[in-house]
Amino acid sequence: MAKVLMKGNEAMALAAIKGGCDAFFGYPITPQNEVPEYLSYHMKENNRVFVQAESEVAAINMVYGAAGAGARVLTSSSSPGIALKQEGISYMAGSELPAVIINVMRGGPGLGGIQPSQGDYNQVTRGGGNGDYHVLSFGPETLQETVDLVRHAFDLADYYRNPVMIAVDGLIGQMMEPVDLDNKIASMDLPTKEWASNGKSGERGRLNKIVSLHLDPYDLEKHNLKLKKKYDEMVEKEQRYELINTDDADIVIVAYGTVARVARSTVKTLREEGIKVGILRPISLWPFPEKAFEKLPESVHSLLTVEMSLGQMHQDVRIVNEGKRNLAFYGRAGGVVPEADEIADEVRKLVKGANA
Amino acid sequence: MAKHEQVIVAGFGGQGVMLMGQMLAYAATNEGLNTVWIPSYGPETRGGTANCSVAISDSMINSPVVTKPDSVIAMNLPSLQKFEPKLSKDGLLIVNVAAIKDYDYRDDVRVITIDANKEALALGNLRVANMIMLGAYIQATGIFDKEAIVAVFKKSFTGDKARLVDINIKALETGMKIVD
Repeated sequence: MAKVLMKGNEAMALAAIKGGCDAFFGYPITPQNEVPEYLSYHMKENNRVFVQAESEVAAINMVYGAAGAGARVLTSSSSPGIALKQEGISYMAGSELPAVIINVMRGGPGLGGIQPSQGDYNQVTRGGGNGDYHVLSFGPETLQETVDLVRHAFDLADYYRNPVMIAVDGLIGQMMEPVDLDNKIASMDLPTKEWASNGKSGERGRLNKIVSLHLDPYDLEKHNLKLKKKYDEMVEKEQRYELINTDDADIVIVAYGTVARVARSTVKTLREEGIKVGILRPISLWPFPEKAFEKLPESVHSLLTVEMSLGQMHQDVRIVNEGKRNLAFYGRAGGVVPEADEIADEVRKLVKGANA
Repeated sequence: MAKHEQVIVAGFGGQGVMLMGQMLAYAATNEGLNTVWIPSYGPETRGGTANCSVAISDSMINSPVVTKPDSVIAMNLPSLQKFEPKLSKDGLLIVNVAAIKDYDYRDDVRVITIDANKEALALGNLRVANMIMLGAYIQATGIFDKEAIVAVFKKSFTGDKARLVDINIKALETGMKIVD
């Protein structure tokens, strides 16, 4: 199909419909309002469910209910709204319920602002709910990558029976870019949802119950270990990343989302100056793409993490680095997007430092 | 011919600056080019300031954020004051001078001044001032021909708005002629 020019939020909404989303539950918040706005009429046209809930907490529990009934469910929000949904996300992970969550990140903490941010990295990758759980999460760079991941996320959620989050900054939600909504993406072979609580359907002859409560500690531990097995599988299979100009690099910028895109401009400028710089771009945020770091050549002496936060992903870079390479960090916060020239200045400092 | 263009369109909310940028992004998409349109978004209202940036390229667009535009289309004084300094050397500055008198423009850029409000009123609708500016822009840069933008008008203005196609084409032509 030819590419169509769409606003990020609308493209994500359409991608969800294409991904087989049966039901959407959400509550408005800037800068993601075009997601529910678009779905408010297009879900109905497609005979699917759209509910504007009375709050984020209600929305996420509706997601829990519909997912439990076996539907493919979506909710979307932005940072403070995602914060409100954390309890429900933990319950879904505990109850092994699939759902796709779109987070169009804005500045924080608290109500913060409405401009683009990556300040939810810790919330996205660590989770704000209780217990041993993880949310499979992605931080795409372009609108095309975003819509491809939204569509694929429904398969991944069903496969792992776990929430999957697409975390983009507000800029990706607000910008327009040509996208192909029928781009070829991997499809997964998925079993029918025998576990769904949808009455005595089929041959089953019994009612499925969906709970996250396990009062016997040995039972719960067994359940925790079962969940861990899934998370281990995600760590093994779902690490996604892109290495850009790293083959001969001395310095590598670690950045995701819009920042990675800005860093591409930085790399172009610096390469013309003869500075050998590349980019390690995480696409999966959890699991963090540790494998990418193993693929960096020996020539890389420094890593510069650049984020729209004050060093959240940088903590993961430190963990992976294990003291091997020189580390540096540059971040902008509050809704400010770093400029290519600012990043270039930070890279140049590392060149001088290495020569000193 | 390689195409790389970064433009910022700015003005008061209600002057149609977002639409001008979108017209360019749609035209780029129709021609199979890469493009990114970014609106300023915030607590903005009619009468407040609004701007959008459009990047157009036949290769991958790296930074979607335009910090050093090749062109600036300024619909009012605050926009001119805000974005003229960001314009690249030898860049293109198109200004709606309807409410601007005696401005000291940079001398290292190409400046085109148009009283777009007056021209639009002559066409019978003040609201097409934006498309007059757009016409001037495509003529001055040569980035798209008239038909590319007209095709977008026809696709964008449908139903009740279809009647607006003609006057917008006239506005576009007016702008193109001023620069020619």
